[in-house]
Amino acid sequence: MPDPNLMKTLEGRATALRRHLLTMASNGQLIHLGGSMSIADLMAALFFDFLDVEGKKGPKDHFILSKGHCVHTMHACLAELGKIEASEFTKLAQMGSRLAGHPSLKAPLVEFATGSLGHGLSVGIGIAMAEKLNGSRSKTVVLMGDGELQEGSVWEAALCAPKFGLENLLAIVDSNRFQANAPVADILPIEPLEDKWRSFSWNTHVIDGHEMGSILGVLEEFPAKKGPTVIIANTVKGKGVPGVEGTPRAHFTSLEDHEVQEALKGLEVESC
Amino acid sequence: MLGFVYALSQGGVLAEMAEKNPNVVVVSQDMGPLSPFSDKFPDRFFDVGISEGNLIGVAAGLAHAGKMPFVVGMAPFVSMRSFEQIRTDCSYNRNGIKIIAPCSGLEGGHWGATHHAVEDLALMRMIPGMTVLCPGDPGEGTRAVLAAAEVDGPVYIRFGYIQPIEGYAEEFVIGKAPVLREGSDVAILATGACVTEALKAHDLLKAQGVSARVLNMHSIKPIDREAIEKAGEEIGRIVTVEEHFVNGGLGGAVAEIMAEAGKGRLLRLGLKDEFVMEVAPYPDILKLVGLDAESIAASAKSMVA
Repeated sequence: MPDPNLMKTLEGRATALRRHLLTMASNGQLIHLGGSMSIADLMAALFFDFLDVEGKKGPKDHFILSKGHCVHTMHACLAELGKIEASEFTKLAQMGSRLAGHPSLKAPLVEFATGSLGHGLSVGIGIAMAEKLNGSRSKTVVLMGDGELQEGSVWEAALCAPKFGLENLLAIVDSNRFQANAPVADILPIEPLEDKWRSFSWNTHVIDGHEMGSILGVLEEFPAKKGPTVIIANTVKGKGVPGVEGTPRAHFTSLEDHEVQEALKGLEVESC
Repeated sequence: MLGFVYALSQGGVLAEMAEKNPNVVVVSQDMGPLSPFSDKFPDRFFDVGISEGNLIGVAAGLAHAGKMPFVVGMAPFVSMRSFEQIRTDCSYNRNGIKIIAPCSGLEGGHWGATHHAVEDLALMRMIPGMTVLCPGDPGEGTRAVLAAAEVDGPVYIRFGYIQPIEGYAEEFVIGKAPVLREGSDVAILATGACVTEALKAHDLLKAQGVSARVLNMHSIKPIDREAIEKAGEEIGRIVTVEEHFVNGGLGGAVAEIMAEAGKGRLLRLGLKDEFVMEVAPYPDILKLVGLDAESIAASAKSMVA
């Protein structure tokens, strides 16, 4: 059972990340809000508990945001970690900003620049191979979107990883059911997802990606005895923004002031 | 001899490197064995199967985590199918993988145009920070592999149907084109397996009273700008010879420099914007596309006359 205090702390972090995301989507700034909101709880667990991205307590862990358009949540984590100023969120992607619309090496703690989908898992495999060769305890986490799984290169990588063992590799699929224009099921169905990964010889888990207890519980089970692990996290696109969540609009949008206020109110209720 | 054979024979030099440098690893795509490397260092030899995108992504990850990955992959497929991984995961993300690419140029002549790598130089040289090498003989191939290990950045090494050039042991300096024959009427700038044909063309021209300078353009990027400008200035007639489309490869690179320098005329030999539809052994394909010694000599002479 995950520690209740830790759960509460991480839920607080997730709320903080969502607040930052609301700031980013304010004043006409268009961001990939939906996918950024859907990964907020996962990112809170990864950046404030599971991963040691700075190598403070041991070997540095690796994090690749393969669904690069949701970099905003990572930027929010950087603010929470004190690596950047929250004031930078009002000038996203402006001349001189280090916060691009996709992970860029200009931003602190971004270790791999992504943006084109379907690249991250192969890169993660290479990193995990190197760390395994070094005998390091370092973990490598690759966070992908469900729409991203339509890229063939993801399945090349999925086929590859188990051959090399790679217990140190964790893939997470943010299964928010939407891609840019419509539900994934309408554009190109990818289910049954868990069966697919299992048939590729991965250790699989399916969780509610907004339930901190489930997230921590499954992370505690990592690494598996043999082979890489994938977590399929069922999430809601735009989670935390009433009227936007679970709609196609969530993908890339800015929010009206009243929408921001309403969402902030909802977050306050939730954190009570 | 097939570039395949020479590419896979790099297992020796890679094993030597690996003895000294624990970070040297090899990533392959159903190509091997790469003896003795694969025998001596089985845990540092990763065969990821037929999956070019994954191949380069994995290599980029290894480099990111501090390894020096040498990738062995078929030139037509690794240059085109994993182009974006080379561009984004390696160049943009600053991961210095080293790609050894056999089956380049028209080496796969008898296999048909799917197996002709005649766009790879153009594609690779477009990528920022990329070093693009095209050795002219087997010894130079090994020297190119050794040189690649010293480069801080990604490197693409093209292995074609190269023949040993008798007595050739020129020091391999990236970006410097060795002058193999001096001459004053025309300069023949050849790359890869075409260097051998260019040398034969030199002798044919000599018999006809034409003095040809022959340069081995083993570095496509960085290219020896100075040597090109010098040839333009001193001779004024340049012929480029490559197993590649005339657009974008060696001929394209030389054209860019000559246009900026404003000296000399250029004739580009290579494929003229159409696939080779004939299926034939390599020497016959060379004749067909005008890249054999006789055709090169005739083209060079046409510039002088």
